Amino acid sequence: MIRVVLPPHLRNLAQVRGEVELEVQGKATQQSILDALEARFPVLRGTIRDQTTQQRRALVRFFACEQDLSLDPPDSPLPEAVATGKEPFLIIGAMAGG
Amino acid sequence: MNGVRVLVGTHKGAFVMTSDAKRKQWDISGPHFTGWEVYHVKGSPADPNRLYASQNTGWFGQVIQRSNDGGKTWQAMEKKFAYDGEPGTHKWYDGSSRPFEFKRIWHLEPSLTDPDTVYAGAEDAAFFRSTDGGESWHELPALRQHSTAPDWAPGAGGMCLHTIILDPKNADRIFVAISAAGAFRSDDGGESWRPINRGLRSEGIPDPNAEVGHCVHRIAMNPSRPNVLFMQKHWDVMRTDDAGDTWTEVSGNLPSDFGFPIDVHPHEPETIYVVPIKSDSEHIPPDGKLRVYRSRTGGNEWEALTNGLPQSNCYVNILRDAMAIDSLDSPGIYFGTTGGQVYASADAGDSWNAIVRDLPAVLSVEVQTLK
Repeated sequence: MIRVVLPPHLRNLAQVRGEVELEVQGKATQQSILDALEARFPVLRGTIRDQTTQQRRALVRFFACEQDLSLDPPDSPLPEAVATGKEPFLIIGAMAGG
Repeated sequence: MNGVRVLVGTHKGAFVMTSDAKRKQWDISGPHFTGWEVYHVKGSPADPNRLYASQNTGWFGQVIQRSNDGGKTWQAMEKKFAYDGEPGTHKWYDGSSRPFEFKRIWHLEPSLTDPDTVYAGAEDAAFFRSTDGGESWHELPALRQHSTAPDWAPGAGGMCLHTIILDPKNADRIFVAISAAGAFRSDDGGESWRPINRGLRSEGIPDPNAEVGHCVHRIAMNPSRPNVLFMQKHWDVMRTDDAGDTWTEVSGNLPSDFGFPIDVHPHEPETIYVVPIKSDSEHIPPDGKLRVYRSRTGGNEWEALTNGLPQSNCYVNILRDAMAIDSLDSPGIYFGTTGGQVYASADAGDSWNAIVRDLPAVLSVEVQTLK
């Protein structure tokens, strides 16, 4: 079981509260998690990555285990703690102060 | 129910406001889509319970919402807006060329006859259509592929297709307006387009009388006279009596002819409304007084409507899609401000009251007359 934390805008859109728990086929990667997330919540298609190019939207970032994974290849294995559900996979809308 | 439903889009969600025909007591629901910018909400003339909403953020992109019950519940629709074929280029602010890139939907215009058909105006300027209730969208590319498109440049708010008007007497005729390309007309359902900007004069562009390049802010029509259009341009209020072939200025005695919204009385086609704004560099009411101006002569002669509107220390703006008029016998006029007020008049503008005063900045206001 993989745990995913969505930003508030996307929790509203998907009409979920708290974390999302996903069963992911194969190894846990950004791509496999997003595939599973979009399959369960089709309304999220296009909000995290472009529907055509599959590129991450510019102001969306991925974090886990206190690491910024946003620039890692989408098919790179995620940390074991994410794959086992010990730590959540965080989808974050970029923040700015001021 | 004999009454009205006012649909308000704001910077942080949408609101639905309903009242009976007296339009004194209001039920307000919302925010819907909390935290998202809602550029526009509009109902189908063919089925008043069918509503469409354009929901967007710069972070997470575009969503189209649909309601089948007058805004009580909503369903998110397909949100893939892809340009048809090569995007092509337009001019950037510095004169360089840059590719068309989809950013958001500014305006939704449901068909007059089919609740499942709806048109959408995009930034960067493009014209989309759905024929399945918003479940899928396809561009009608002829507008973006017009021979003048490589010379189009964005207005300060982006290169948006913000106005879509469907001719009630000619199903093949469509009017659109783009900031800052100008107005265009199709006589074949969107398969081809021609600029309709003759008579517009814009001092801020290299050729003030150019075929395209005019910053048209809004166009309005009375359905009984579809060849007569009124336009609020960046500067100047204009009218045409020949479906856009030629325009003449009707700014007359307005305190400023800069502004954004313009609308037409539903029963008196020569009665029009604007909200003057001080200037293009100061988007505030002249003298701190919020005044709607009404002309009963199709322009040129204007009177200030102030009863119930703040007449001191008011510095809000009223955006282009933020005014609407219902079609009850004594028509109601509604407008929203960047300060979060939504004002209503139940007597064609003679007096005003605020329905609400503390919403997020209002981006759009539409009204449905329910009979």
